[in-house]
Amino acid sequence: MSVVSVKGLTLRFGERLLWENLNFELEHGELLAVLGPNGTGKTSLIRILLGLLEPSSGTVAIEGRPPAETRSQVGYVPQQRIFDRDLALRGRDLVRLGLDGHRFGAGRLSATQRDRLEHTIESVGAGGYVDAPLGRLSGGEQQRLRIAQALVSNPSLLLADEPLLSLDLAYQQIITGLLDSHRRSAGTPVVFVTHDINPVLSIVDRVLYLAPGSWAMGTPDEVLTSEGLSALYGAPVDVLRLRGRVVVVGTPDDQHVHHVGHAH
Amino acid sequence: MFTNLLAQHFVHNALAAGAIVAVVSGAIGWFVVTRGASFAVHAISELGFTGAAGALVVGLDPIVGMIGGSLGVGLVLGVLSLRGRERDSAIGAVLAFGLGIGVLFLSLYQGYATEATNLLFGSIVGVSDRQVLELAVVTAIVLTGVVGLYRPLLFSSVDPEGAEARGVPVRMLSVAVFLLLALTTAEAIQVVGVLLVLTLVITPAAAAQRLTVHPTRALLLAVVIALVATEGGILLSLAHPWPTSFFISAISFGVYLVARIYDATGRDSS
Repeated sequence: MSVVSVKGLTLRFGERLLWENLNFELEHGELLAVLGPNGTGKTSLIRILLGLLEPSSGTVAIEGRPPAETRSQVGYVPQQRIFDRDLALRGRDLVRLGLDGHRFGAGRLSATQRDRLEHTIESVGAGGYVDAPLGRLSGGEQQRLRIAQALVSNPSLLLADEPLLSLDLAYQQIITGLLDSHRRSAGTPVVFVTHDINPVLSIVDRVLYLAPGSWAMGTPDEVLTSEGLSALYGAPVDVLRLRGRVVVVGTPDDQHVHHVGHAH
Repeated sequence: MFTNLLAQHFVHNALAAGAIVAVVSGAIGWFVVTRGASFAVHAISELGFTGAAGALVVGLDPIVGMIGGSLGVGLVLGVLSLRGRERDSAIGAVLAFGLGIGVLFLSLYQGYATEATNLLFGSIVGVSDRQVLELAVVTAIVLTGVVGLYRPLLFSSVDPEGAEARGVPVRMLSVAVFLLLALTTAEAIQVVGVLLVLTLVITPAAAAQRLTVHPTRALLLAVVIALVATEGGILLSLAHPWPTSFFISAISFGVYLVARIYDATGRDSS
């Protein structure tokens, strides 16, 4: 059975149609990149998968159940947003919240949970700074800890919403590497929202491209073509392959760093 | 003279009330500082004053009016869950008008002006046995709330997005934390007065957060600092005829300064 099953999903905000009749299934270990310009409902799709937003029509099932019932089995990595420098919290505390932060009471961890916590921290390579003040860590270190928070509950699905934003190239590779190795070893499917396909191009199985009012899905080679994207946008768009990178020229929001790669 | 005073019943009551209030203020302070809600505490406190003044006008117990006023504002702030600048200016606007109403109530009230002074600057020496009991009950309620909601409250305070994704009722917790805060504020007013509530609810927690990043330890440390400040302040005011509130705020601020210096020089210079 597929882990995620999306059938006939349609999202409208008032008069505005974001997408219509979206269908896909996600199998164990599969990595789906959700691409597209701003305002096409990439984050909304994540919120629907988390059961925080109701679609206009259609159904979503995660391991056969509605998303609102499966939140504690879903790991979520939000956009990298720096923590307050003076926040009185250690990295360890942030990771632990993924384990029992939703439970009432003050509570202690069981021996098994403690092992799980230590193991996860080691697995993302955060052992060296996990007891330091969270707010004094770099953005990349904080993002490693967020990955650990998402993984610590041993989720059956991982949702990552622009997890690479404002990270440098080295850390982009580390973070994608962590997600990639986890989905291979644990078989957890990953939905990876990103405005730039290149950092994940070598590891994605399929791409869901959201354009204003329409969408396309398939392997990167199927979706990211001049013909495909031109049809999607209803305007001429060129997709170039340069030194193993995908460059998209001519989309309405071309002025963004976007598909043109990184402004390093 | 000092030892004579220490044997007095009213002094015992003052020390007991101070301790009860210190414990609850220190405990909730961690969440207030982490959520950046210091200004909200000030608003809740001043509107507590308005409630108390209103109660005086209509001949009710000012403490009832104060709790009503604090809870009302706490509820509104919690439900609105405003963030950033919007919250800042909205609180400022509401606070100013609320205080204006309080001034009107006071001018309508024909009783003793001391009542108003006590509300504004605190009066711990006149605490009755009954009041001590009431304070203890309210403290028990707030502490039960803090302990019972500890983990989701921590989660939603430091990482609201992550908490929401895990199904933590972030908005409901925001209302809960403001209601607990309103009850705490109404208690603290009775010891240090409306204008000095922050010295018990904010300063000890802010100092504790400079001394340790371990959240539970910081929370307990804030309780200890608040206890030292209130009990020390009460004892000093027995030995020297200056206002208790002054001594409490002075000790509290002194610890805060030391904590900041420690943080800037000692702890983890990475």
